Amino acid sequence: MSSNSSQLFDPEEQSRLNRWRDSKDFLARHSIAFGGLGVIFAIVLIFFYLFYVVYPLFIPASAESQSDYPVPGAQGPSMYLAIDELNQMAVRYGWDGEVLFFQVKDGSLVERIKLPFDRITAFAEGMPGSSLTLLGLENGRGLIVKHGFEVSYPDDVRTVTPAFNYPYGTEPLELDSNGSAINRVAFNDGEDRLLVVAATDDGRLILNSFAKEESLLEEEVTLEREVTELEGVDINVDYLLLNSDQRHLYLASTRGELIHFNISDPDEPKLVERIELFPDGVGLNSMRMLTGGISLLAAGSNGQVVQWFPVRDQDNNYTLTQIRTFYNQQSSIHDIAIEERRKGFIAGDKDGNVSIYHTTAQRNLLRIPVANGPIASLVLSPRSNFMLVESEAGRMYGWSIHNEHPEVSWHSLWEKVHYEGYAEPEYIWQSSSADNDFEPKFSLTPLSFGTLKAAFYAMLFAVPLAILGAIYTAYFMAPKMRQIVKPSIEIMEALPTVILGFLAGLWLAPLIESYLPGIFSLLLFLPLGILLFGFGWQQLPEKIRHSIPDGWEAALLVPVIILIGWLAIYISQPLEQWLFAGDMRAWLYNDLGIGFDQRNSLVVGLAMGFAVIPTIFSITEDAIFGVPKHLTFGSLALGASRWQTMARVVILTASPGIFSAVMIGLGRAVGETMIVLMATGNTPVMDFNIFQGMRTLSANIAVEMPEAEVASTHYRVLFLAALVLFMFTFFFNTLAEVIRQRLRKKYSSL
Amino acid sequence: MAVKLKKWFRDGDSWVWLNAGALSVSLVMVVGLLILIAVRGLGHFWAKPIIETEYLEPNGTVERLIGEIHDEEQVLAEQLRNSGVELAEDVETVTRYLVKTGNRDIGGLDFRWVLATNMRDSRYPEQLMILERREWGNFYGYLKTINEQGKTVAEGDGNWDELQQRLERINDLHDQIDSIQKGEIGAINYKIERLRLKERKLDLEGNSDQSLRGEIDKERTALQKEYEVFQQQLISLNQQIKRDSLTAEVMNGQVVELPLEMVVHAYRPNAMGVGDKILFYLLKLWEFISDDPREANTEGGIFPAIFGTVIMVILMSIMVTPFGVIAAVYLREYAKQGPLIRLIRIAVNNLAGVPSIVYGVFGLGFFVYFLGGNIDQLFFPESLPAPTFGTPGIMWASLTLALLTLPVVIVATEEGLARIPRSIREGSLALGATKIETLWRTVLPMASPAMMTGLILAVARAAGEVAPLMLVGVVKLAPSLPLDANYPFMHLDRKFMHLGFHIYDVGFQSPNVEAARPLVYATALLLVVLIVILNLAAIAIRNHLREKYRALEQ
Repeated sequence: MSSNSSQLFDPEEQSRLNRWRDSKDFLARHSIAFGGLGVIFAIVLIFFYLFYVVYPLFIPASAESQSDYPVPGAQGPSMYLAIDELNQMAVRYGWDGEVLFFQVKDGSLVERIKLPFDRITAFAEGMPGSSLTLLGLENGRGLIVKHGFEVSYPDDVRTVTPAFNYPYGTEPLELDSNGSAINRVAFNDGEDRLLVVAATDDGRLILNSFAKEESLLEEEVTLEREVTELEGVDINVDYLLLNSDQRHLYLASTRGELIHFNISDPDEPKLVERIELFPDGVGLNSMRMLTGGISLLAAGSNGQVVQWFPVRDQDNNYTLTQIRTFYNQQSSIHDIAIEERRKGFIAGDKDGNVSIYHTTAQRNLLRIPVANGPIASLVLSPRSNFMLVESEAGRMYGWSIHNEHPEVSWHSLWEKVHYEGYAEPEYIWQSSSADNDFEPKFSLTPLSFGTLKAAFYAMLFAVPLAILGAIYTAYFMAPKMRQIVKPSIEIMEALPTVILGFLAGLWLAPLIESYLPGIFSLLLFLPLGILLFGFGWQQLPEKIRHSIPDGWEAALLVPVIILIGWLAIYISQPLEQWLFAGDMRAWLYNDLGIGFDQRNSLVVGLAMGFAVIPTIFSITEDAIFGVPKHLTFGSLALGASRWQTMARVVILTASPGIFSAVMIGLGRAVGETMIVLMATGNTPVMDFNIFQGMRTLSANIAVEMPEAEVASTHYRVLFLAALVLFMFTFFFNTLAEVIRQRLRKKYSSL
Repeated sequence: MAVKLKKWFRDGDSWVWLNAGALSVSLVMVVGLLILIAVRGLGHFWAKPIIETEYLEPNGTVERLIGEIHDEEQVLAEQLRNSGVELAEDVETVTRYLVKTGNRDIGGLDFRWVLATNMRDSRYPEQLMILERREWGNFYGYLKTINEQGKTVAEGDGNWDELQQRLERINDLHDQIDSIQKGEIGAINYKIERLRLKERKLDLEGNSDQSLRGEIDKERTALQKEYEVFQQQLISLNQQIKRDSLTAEVMNGQVVELPLEMVVHAYRPNAMGVGDKILFYLLKLWEFISDDPREANTEGGIFPAIFGTVIMVILMSIMVTPFGVIAAVYLREYAKQGPLIRLIRIAVNNLAGVPSIVYGVFGLGFFVYFLGGNIDQLFFPESLPAPTFGTPGIMWASLTLALLTLPVVIVATEEGLARIPRSIREGSLALGATKIETLWRTVLPMASPAMMTGLILAVARAAGEVAPLMLVGVVKLAPSLPLDANYPFMHLDRKFMHLGFHIYDVGFQSPNVEAARPLVYATALLLVVLIVILNLAAIAIRNHLREKYRALEQ
């Protein structure tokens, strides 16, 4: 003690202690400020990170020139060009039967292969990614060849070596028995059939169907040839295309006339229709199938590219329909090249410009001047991040392309899109893809619709119950009962939604299905029963009435409600028998045309309503309870009844608070995940029917996020969905919060 | 005094009753839901009687049916007649039972609906037994013989005790096998894997120190030797466990042989008294809490899920409390109160309302792929391309939930700080204490119940949250717990099981939903009880707090 006191009065010791205390204070001030701001920063980070992931979706495409050199081994224009996976090596086919492999970066020759003939008269390429080509010859024959780029790693260095082979032998296949030169050719190498269509110099059109027979022992394929001649072709066959499932054959002339054959039975080709691809006076300069082999891209001499694909009409016939027109180039388009793994393409024109397009999103992504003169041909690398453009002047231009997410546009996210294979434009979400041919469908509209639908039904159930209940609790209830009710409602709020979802899906959904009329009769019976009981109670002798003090009405009603609920279930089946001939679901379907899913919006509405009630309840109750007492006393003193005071004075004063309660409840309903995930079928349909399910933004994220490939368009679109949810709830919550704060100020001023 | 209907409506008393009704409906729903979960969850473990009956099949044959009645419903006779069932004219509704007949390996289906009217001569023979098996679900039938090495050793009435004794031995052996497989062999495998990574690290670093490598090799050989010893033990135990089998008659009269190692419990509910049933009930309840799941989570216990939830919540609390409190102290005590702080406060408040799935998306993108991916590159290059932290795991899950519950803690703490009267602060400052001393010695201790409330609410929210966890680390079946006896004991990179996700997974993703349903109710009950207790605690603390400050303010 004494040493202590001496310390206390030792001035030097004292000032050292004070300095130490001051520095502690200083340190604490700054570290708390740093920590506090850090936490707030971390919270803000959520928003920015979501935005950071979403942002690349909106970066426009760009391209940079990489190289420019004379076309390697130029003997006239190239017939066909192809690039390897990593843009290191390319191959060029010439009309003189020369195949050249060259380095992409400088055009230096790697390997030269001379095919055993000097003139190729027709040429066709196989499905994108197959590297197959068919070369038509003067003698009515055709040779199928395949190029490749083999990758090896000697000494850990990636080395590409050319490969070239003949999948059906070095002997050309006979395509025309008369031996007339092949002018145009198209082919499709299917699982068990190789189909080759050839237009000969003497004006005939020959369909060769080679059935494949695989001998198990030698692993060798032998081809059985069958020939049909197509009749009724009265146009010049300048373009010849086959679709991927060997059903549709398209012939077109440079004047833009097109003939569409159905060749699903090669023995009996059927002429389906004749079409003018362009308005009068516009010629056809290039025609290709889009990846997937369904859509037809026709490039016109006016700079337009038109997309067509077969659409099923009422009679179940597939007829070509013009879907979209792309118009981003002023002069005649000379060649188009398609992306191998997406539904995009590029087009080169007479002025030397190249444009990048995407079909589904209907986007003109970029236009770049590549050459000074007209473009002869162009090709995209398999990953669509590089292109080689050959000009008519004999120069080769290499450009790298940055175009990560062409499939996303306002149109493809929110508007109706005409997808391949669909009869009309629709809102569809279908992101999973089995292969590159699949057209991803990223419409957020059905998901947003589902979100709002679920929230709507939930609010329909929750708002009346919560607000009425809150009014009663805040204003009419005995304080003793309040002490029980408030914690109960708080526990209701804390119940994990996974439990609500599980009960909704496995208990409530089957229950509602079996007692549908009973559930609906509750809508009528509950209010009626409550009023009846209330009125009846009022008629009871005072002695009994006064045994229960005011403010315990809710407790009295509990058994009544249980009884009504039990009654509704009990009469459900007789009611169904009496009104709906024993099966309400069949009645709904047959008489009203309403489909019924077991896990439907009604179930979601009830379960999610249950989850939202406590949120709305607590805030409403707070707002009403906070209304200054002198207002109500004044009203009561003037002779208004309890309810009149409530309706005319209290609710009016508290209405902004009630509004903000509803907003916060809505925010919760919109973002709720587990309940909708478990209580609906999660099908993204656009249907407001209460007996049908939906898929919400949040459930969609939960289902698809774990499978989405990082940094893919799908991944970023899911982040976009999360960002939309974030902003939506943040907006509504902020609105509600601001209103509440104003209300608080108003109360304190009253 | 009687009131006129017109006046009753005009005064609005009708509205008061309707308001009261709305509240009662809400209350009935909450309480009803809790009771529903409790009844279904607790009822599952009670040994139900097994019924034996002669059942008239729709095709006219009569067959013996043995099973537990699982559910019943009333069906309109009309519907049944429409589907071709013959019924007496005057019948309007028929009771239909869902009977669990078990024996999935023999009959294929283990549940079937039967009509009460077609059941004849129903009885509850005491000799009927249920075998709870490790595979194929329950077995129902009559015990015939007990065999050892293929030779019958017991037959007739005395064999029930014999069976129980032998089962005890089997369960002992199972425990031994389990403990060797999970404990010793698991530890050895873990060590060998660590040695492999060590070696790979040396490779990557270009370190060619032979002595280090020699040490690794030596350790590995030692471990492998140990491993072989345990392997031998396992083989011998596995032989011993295969010794016994039993034969039993099933409902179609067939006598089948079952190896005893498949059986977990054998009991005869029809012969059990109430005392036995209570004992059995407690045993089953204990098993549910302490055992690992079996058969794609549809049977057995949920211990790993409980454990995972608890560990995750503890990790989350460790992260969220300091940060939440610091942020709240900053906002309330240090920051200059102005429009900006008010804006921040509103924003923090609103974050509590942001959908939890958004946090999950953020956690997956930022924590798992971005942070985790970089951590792997920097610190765990030896195990690439297999990710260590670059994949969902318990650390990221708890961090995500910490972020999710941060607003709850901040708001609660701020509220607590705001309630402390100015006079207390001023008194402390007047006595010469610095600001931090005032905070540390007087304000924070007084606000500690508020922090506690915030933390409890945060824990309650985190324990029930599932949606974000599905993205950042929860799995349906984790091979190992996040905390075990292997160095470094706490495995933050592991995936884990979670009660809430268990409910979703078993209830909706499991192949046999009907069989799994009671277990889901039981799991849900556990989760609800946990959360209700936590919330009641928070409410109690808050009320206590209010009382305390009311006294201070006066």
